[in-house]
Amino acid sequence: MSHEHVSNTKRIWTVFGILSLITIVEVIFGIIKPESLHLNSFLGLNLLNWLFIILTLVKAYYIVYAFMHMEGETASLRNSVIIPLIFLVIFLLFILLTEAHYIFGVFKDSTIKWNF
Amino acid sequence: METVTTANSAEKTWGGGDNQPMGASYGKLMMWFFIVSDALTFSGFLAAYGFSRFKFIETWPLADEVFTHFPFMHGVSAPMYYVAFMTFILIFSSVTMVLAVDAGHQMKKDKVAIYMFLTIIGGLIFVGSQAWEWKNFIKGEYGAVETKGGSLLQFVDAEGHRVALADFAATLQEEREQLTPNKGRWFMSEATLPTYSVAEVEAGFKAHPDLLIRTEVIYEETEADAKNVTINHELTKHKHKTILTREESEKRLAQASMVVEGANLTRNEYGSKLFADFFFFITGFHGFHVFSGVIINIIIFFNVILGTYEKRKSYEMVEKVGLYWHFVDLVWVFVFTVFYLV
Repeated sequence: MSHEHVSNTKRIWTVFGILSLITIVEVIFGIIKPESLHLNSFLGLNLLNWLFIILTLVKAYYIVYAFMHMEGETASLRNSVIIPLIFLVIFLLFILLTEAHYIFGVFKDSTIKWNF
Repeated sequence: METVTTANSAEKTWGGGDNQPMGASYGKLMMWFFIVSDALTFSGFLAAYGFSRFKFIETWPLADEVFTHFPFMHGVSAPMYYVAFMTFILIFSSVTMVLAVDAGHQMKKDKVAIYMFLTIIGGLIFVGSQAWEWKNFIKGEYGAVETKGGSLLQFVDAEGHRVALADFAATLQEEREQLTPNKGRWFMSEATLPTYSVAEVEAGFKAHPDLLIRTEVIYEETEADAKNVTINHELTKHKHKTILTREESEKRLAQASMVVEGANLTRNEYGSKLFADFFFFITGFHGFHVFSGVIINIIIFFNVILGTYEKRKSYEMVEKVGLYWHFVDLVWVFVFTVFYLV
């Protein structure tokens, strides 16, 4: 809540520059797919995908903090919105992706096969 | 809301502020409630997409082979450029929205109106672009064949480039009329018939000895794969779809059961059936949010022009729709990553 009513135009354009730059970098990497990143993996995910996910989270941070003006809200509002979301999303992804990986293993290794 | 006073307004309330918890007005707090719940809804959808993708990780379509269109550039493979353009449009309309909010803080009515107008235009361009993207996705480009077992076969030439059914399918003298309700004896109809029949595709394949079949399976350079004699090792690359030898291609094509062109909710020419379902559902749900956002923005835009917020001496309403609009942009950032990049 900016009660002081100062203009943040400069900050807005800076954030726009950052978001555009990140998008351009993502697209360039998405088209080139450098082998050094694409073929090496860390924790079961290749480095290129790690890069995309991290850049996406950086973008999300700028949208929420600058555009949605989260940085100007009280700490209690900030925490009650962001902490539950981050926790629940990570929890959901962990549960679902682990289960899916297991099902993939069942299809691949057991007698139930998708081999026709 | 400056006009609302409650009995305990003098007391210190939860999380600071005067009579407003967390220092946020009622309307803004409710918008945050909505955003958190909607964010969880979208997370659920994207996590479900991740589930299906991990379940079929070896056969999932590769995005940069599916979304390759750019306006006025026919036959040119331009992966990613069009979605990048859409992303820019949405980010830019977010910028104009936040500029409108900023102008609202300074009570500059004309500036708020102009920036709101630009935001609406950006939203409309985005929805239009998405419609175009859907059109290409539904229409398809190359066509494919589905086997009796439900797996999908695509066609490539001797260099491994994709070949459309129209480029090789034979024309046979066979009549197959579309069943429409007015020709049926009862309430009968059927899905649109593909341009070519299975027999025509098979005959065309026989007549072109350099054609090969590409399966859905993503090739990994493992020991077992390297020894597999059914795979064309010259054309198949690591982390790309597997291309078969000519004999194996003929064997697989003999099991063909139907021709698939484009995409619908049941099957699609790109690969896994779930891929099109998730694409339609998630981008459709997001597009619906954008559309609703445009409608809400138009209402607020007219209120700005009529001077409603000038009389109210507060442009907080612009701030609230701004929150929603930025949220829609935020969701797109994740949809973009999940569908087009990862």
